[in-house]
Amino acid sequence: MLGTTQSWKSKLLGLLLPLFGVAVIVGLWALTSQTWAKALPSPLKTWEVSLPYLVEPFAKRGELDQGILRFTWYSLERVAQGYTLALLIGTPLGFLLGMSRVFQTVFDPIVQILRPVSPLAWLPLGLVIFQHPGPAGLFTIAMCSMWPTVLNTALGVRSVPQDYLNVAKVLRLSRTKTLFKVMLPAALPYMFTGFRLSLGIAWLVIVAAEMLTGAPGVGGFLWQEYNALIYEHIILCIITIGLVGFILDRIMGAIEQRLKVD
Amino acid sequence: MALLELREVEKSQGQTHVLARASLGIEKGEFVAIVGFSGAGKSTLISLLAGLTKPDAGEVLWQGKSVTAPGPERGVVFQNYSLLPWLTAFDNVYLAIDCVLSDLPKLEKVRRTERYLAMVGLSHAQDRKPAQLSGGMRQRVALARALAADPEVLLMDEPLSALDALTRASLQDEIERIGRVSGKTIVLVTNDVDEAILLADRIVPLSAGPSATFGPSYDVEIPRPRDRRALNHDPKFRLLRSQITQFLLDSRQTRRSSTLPSSLPVGELVGAMS
Repeated sequence: MLGTTQSWKSKLLGLLLPLFGVAVIVGLWALTSQTWAKALPSPLKTWEVSLPYLVEPFAKRGELDQGILRFTWYSLERVAQGYTLALLIGTPLGFLLGMSRVFQTVFDPIVQILRPVSPLAWLPLGLVIFQHPGPAGLFTIAMCSMWPTVLNTALGVRSVPQDYLNVAKVLRLSRTKTLFKVMLPAALPYMFTGFRLSLGIAWLVIVAAEMLTGAPGVGGFLWQEYNALIYEHIILCIITIGLVGFILDRIMGAIEQRLKVD
Repeated sequence: MALLELREVEKSQGQTHVLARASLGIEKGEFVAIVGFSGAGKSTLISLLAGLTKPDAGEVLWQGKSVTAPGPERGVVFQNYSLLPWLTAFDNVYLAIDCVLSDLPKLEKVRRTERYLAMVGLSHAQDRKPAQLSGGMRQRVALARALAADPEVLLMDEPLSALDALTRASLQDEIERIGRVSGKTIVLVTNDVDEAILLADRIVPLSAGPSATFGPSYDVEIPRPRDRRALNHDPKFRLLRSQITQFLLDSRQTRRSSTLPSSLPVGELVGAMS
């Protein structure tokens, strides 16, 4: 009996405490908007101005005036494309880095140097190469988000236990069979950690890519509303971006958990 | 000509000189047990026989030809089972058959997998993953995997050392039976003198490392099937046990006296073997 009341209590606390955290932040935000940053819209004002975008989340009133989930959807589509590209390039690259010492020696320095480059730097280069904002955006997302996949895949491949490789040798598995039946499954948990981090970065980059290219999406909307002086929508976009990123990470985390053997 | 032979093999790992001038011939159909201390280079020996590593000097010969890589004629049972954890017991065995006996029709491969799992008494657990199996069951799967590929010789690297005493005893009986029924050549590496006498036709002690080498062979002239309870009162068994134990302890003593003249912690070995 005691146990059930306690778990009931802790559940309630688990719900109330985060809400308390939200309340504190909203309070600080309200205080800030009332005192030293008068241009910052208050929480109430933000809510009122954002409401049409929330109650009709899929509305399309014009190219740059659409419901927030419609914009989110555009962004997600773009991210999905760039992210897929990142995985398609990053996974084989990671395998090569993990399997071949020569390949690693040749390319690891390049990976380490390209890895910290900001999306704001890649995008202009993408525009130069592709001449169109669409592919330039995808290029930017791929270039920024593939590194965790590359590095974690390489780590996973290097961490395949020697025992499994010995088994493969003793059973005389062909190279392809060793790759797909032994190395890939053994490296998969590591790879998935990379995939998860990559998705986080891809979502992070989308805003920058859309801001610079003016493509419709959450990021594009954010920048446009800043220029239109509707600051409430900036906050709406930030909250949306945060929530979507959080949900994406949770989904990937759940899949990752399922992949863990033992 | 011996079926499998080590000729004057030298092997170092890092700074350690593991094997020194190790020579051993294994005849077809023989059950040979190699007994030695932990860390004496027994696993290195299996790796050499399997073709997973190459000797620094000397040769490993299969039917007179030099061994350079693992081959289907030499099956290996690893100390830590080495089952692929993402595959079920069935799939682990099937993979071996699929690779080594790739010409068989699929139905035949499935039947063969089922037959070998049944042989080690695991038909009921064939759809479980290794994590859902006990240590003894895992080693049974590993045994089935090695046997199902129909090797000419079975190399076993301390296959039972990680198991509890009861499981160990029942798997010893299993190995004894399989060796007797299949007539396969078996090389068993172990640190347990009793186990070696119970199972093998011939026992070769490996002297204490570093620079381990083989001692004289001891033939086990105890008729099969051997009964582990009767064995304890068999004078041949007792004599063999004391001879082999004495050889191992002496090899350690010479090893110690050349490095550490005073102390002689032999109690640990005697304890482990009683």
